[in-house]
Amino acid sequence: MINCILKPDFIKPVFLGAVIFAALAFLPSLVDSYYMSLAISIVSFAVLATAWSMFSGPTRYISLATVVFFGIGAYTVAVLGEVLPFPVVLVCAALAGTMLALLVGFSTLRLAGVYFVIFTFGLTELVRQVVSWYEVNVTREMGRYIFLDITQNDIYWQLLTLFAVLLLTGFILGRSRLGFALRIIGEDETVARHCGINVTRVKVALFVLSAVFMTLTGAIMAPRWTYIDPVIAFNPMLSFQVVIMALLGGPRRLLGPLLGVIPLTLLFEVLTANFPNHFSIMLGVTFMVIVYLLPGGVIGLYEKYRTPQKASPSNGHSKTEEKTA
Amino acid sequence: MQISSRLRLATLAAATTALMSTAALFGAQAQETYRIGYAISKTGPGAPGANTSTIPNYEMWAKEINDAGGLKVGDKMIPIEVVEYDDRSSSEEAVRAVERLINQDKVDFILSPWGTGLNLAVAPILDRAGYAHLAGTAVTDKAPQLAKRWTNSYWLLGTGEQYAVEMVKFLEQLKSDGKINDKVAMIAVADGFGIELSNAGRDALEERGFELVYDKTYPLGSQDLATIVNEIKSLGADTFVAFSYPPGTLGLTEQARVLQFNPKIFYAGVGTAFPLYKDRFGADAEGVVSLGGASETDPKIASYIERHVAFAGREPDRWASIVNWASLQSLQQAIERAGSTDREAVNAELAKGGFDTILGTYKPGDQNFWQVGQWQDGKFVGIAPTDMEGAHDLVFPKPDWKGAQ
Repeated sequence: MINCILKPDFIKPVFLGAVIFAALAFLPSLVDSYYMSLAISIVSFAVLATAWSMFSGPTRYISLATVVFFGIGAYTVAVLGEVLPFPVVLVCAALAGTMLALLVGFSTLRLAGVYFVIFTFGLTELVRQVVSWYEVNVTREMGRYIFLDITQNDIYWQLLTLFAVLLLTGFILGRSRLGFALRIIGEDETVARHCGINVTRVKVALFVLSAVFMTLTGAIMAPRWTYIDPVIAFNPMLSFQVVIMALLGGPRRLLGPLLGVIPLTLLFEVLTANFPNHFSIMLGVTFMVIVYLLPGGVIGLYEKYRTPQKASPSNGHSKTEEKTA
Repeated sequence: MQISSRLRLATLAAATTALMSTAALFGAQAQETYRIGYAISKTGPGAPGANTSTIPNYEMWAKEINDAGGLKVGDKMIPIEVVEYDDRSSSEEAVRAVERLINQDKVDFILSPWGTGLNLAVAPILDRAGYAHLAGTAVTDKAPQLAKRWTNSYWLLGTGEQYAVEMVKFLEQLKSDGKINDKVAMIAVADGFGIELSNAGRDALEERGFELVYDKTYPLGSQDLATIVNEIKSLGADTFVAFSYPPGTLGLTEQARVLQFNPKIFYAGVGTAFPLYKDRFGADAEGVVSLGGASETDPKIASYIERHVAFAGREPDRWASIVNWASLQSLQQAIERAGSTDREAVNAELAKGGFDTILGTYKPGDQNFWQVGQWQDGKFVGIAPTDMEGAHDLVFPKPDWKGAQ
């Protein structure tokens, strides 16, 4: 482990990353609060999509449970925000996310393919109803108020730190035995089992790691809304947005999701600002254009130009398929 | 029928927007405008409510002022320019849209979004940027604290408690007159609104010697409440209270009608005062009690309803719409009284109150509107507080259901 950390091909990217993040930390002094809110949106989706890809990229399990962990984080802040100091609240949120992820992971990661997708989608509804039931019957108060003196800039810095930690974790993971095991599982689970890898344990470990980052994002974002209820905290749209962004960018590389997050967040912004009455139609048209022009995601485009002889036949094939369809 | 009127509205809205933006393009250099911005739920779960209580009022207000030549500021007439966004019923989108209105569009005034959650989400931002906040569609028991916390915020619909307590006070009178027994069946939607009202209602009922023979919640969005109605029917309660939301309100009424459950007092929640309730149930709406109400004999209110029908192709609801309109009238008068478009001057005028509106002399945040109303002869009239001017007598007991026999 120490060996691989000291190699120059590890130090160089990490150093470069540190410089970029240090520069980004000065953004609040350069732009007004509108651009800060846009930056928060980009960084929060970047964390969510990267965390999602960390698990779903190598294992190819499509999870629609992003908002479950995000919402748990937000609720932890709503419940504990005024009782404990904020860093402690974040630790509690991470613990809550870990526990839920362990529970869900051990009980469901033996499911494969479409069953897992359906389960994670159902999980959103389940958690939302359980929280509603608890609020209605136990606390007898449905909405919760979050009055914390956390400014927009604080939220930005926290998210930025979280993203830096996430990228570093992902980077180390990609070079570790665990990451290698994951790639084997992604290629062929049976082979992985035969290599002596405890497949379930590896998958659960990754699922928990990715869930902790999602939970923390929810916890950091919650003070921005002042008021949350189960419908606001567990909005399934968020899960879909994260999947779309990660898939557009390319979930199998560490920086792939970021390439989906930035253009899509900006696109949402442009559409919302300029076509308030036609947002959904414009969004649909844009997605169709993306699917036709970039079937392999942004990373796919990059890889196509890097190895043209390999990518072009599959591209040609998909085109003929579309024509016959 | 419904689709065509909606289409007409959409076309109208699109045409208005197109016209306004063209006007803005041509007029930008020529003359000064007063820029009004708002982000509202045009899509998502909040859209039906926003489309009933808020959007038509905002659009009609801007149009009426511009048709009259604009706001009279000093000796100038300044037209209104509207910047609008869709918050897609999401708190995060609402926050971003308001940041955009403040920093990018640099609007002069921001009108409130729809619903308690979104109003609370944008309140701190508006406060920090020095904008007044006329929260037109938030019902929260924290309203008094919120108004103190953000000094330029006005929580127009008040607390959930006030509606429940006013209704229970009214029931108490009926009970002491010997008209109803002491049994009440209460249900509530499992959402912020339903929970707040049922909490307050429960305490108030028990305090006044009522017995709650049924007290449960139903999930948000649920329309099939036949089992609940059936269960309640056999409990012998003279009073049925539902703190429901529009889908539940319509479902409950339909199922009570089919199952011939006809208590002496039938109280249903949000949605009862909507014109679509009357459209759907016709003569069976008669006698149904709910929150809100309008003094339709008041010429100002009658004229408002008439103009609303002409503008939007349908009637306004008899609760939030009326309060929203009064707040918009207040805003116009505040700007004209301030004699300037300076934000602080306008905010100071708003805080002074004393505006002449469809609710009479009004200051945003006043609760001088009907807390309990009833459908009588196709009109949703106010019945409580009973000491308010123009209070109607209760139609009692509720007439039999006629529709589904």
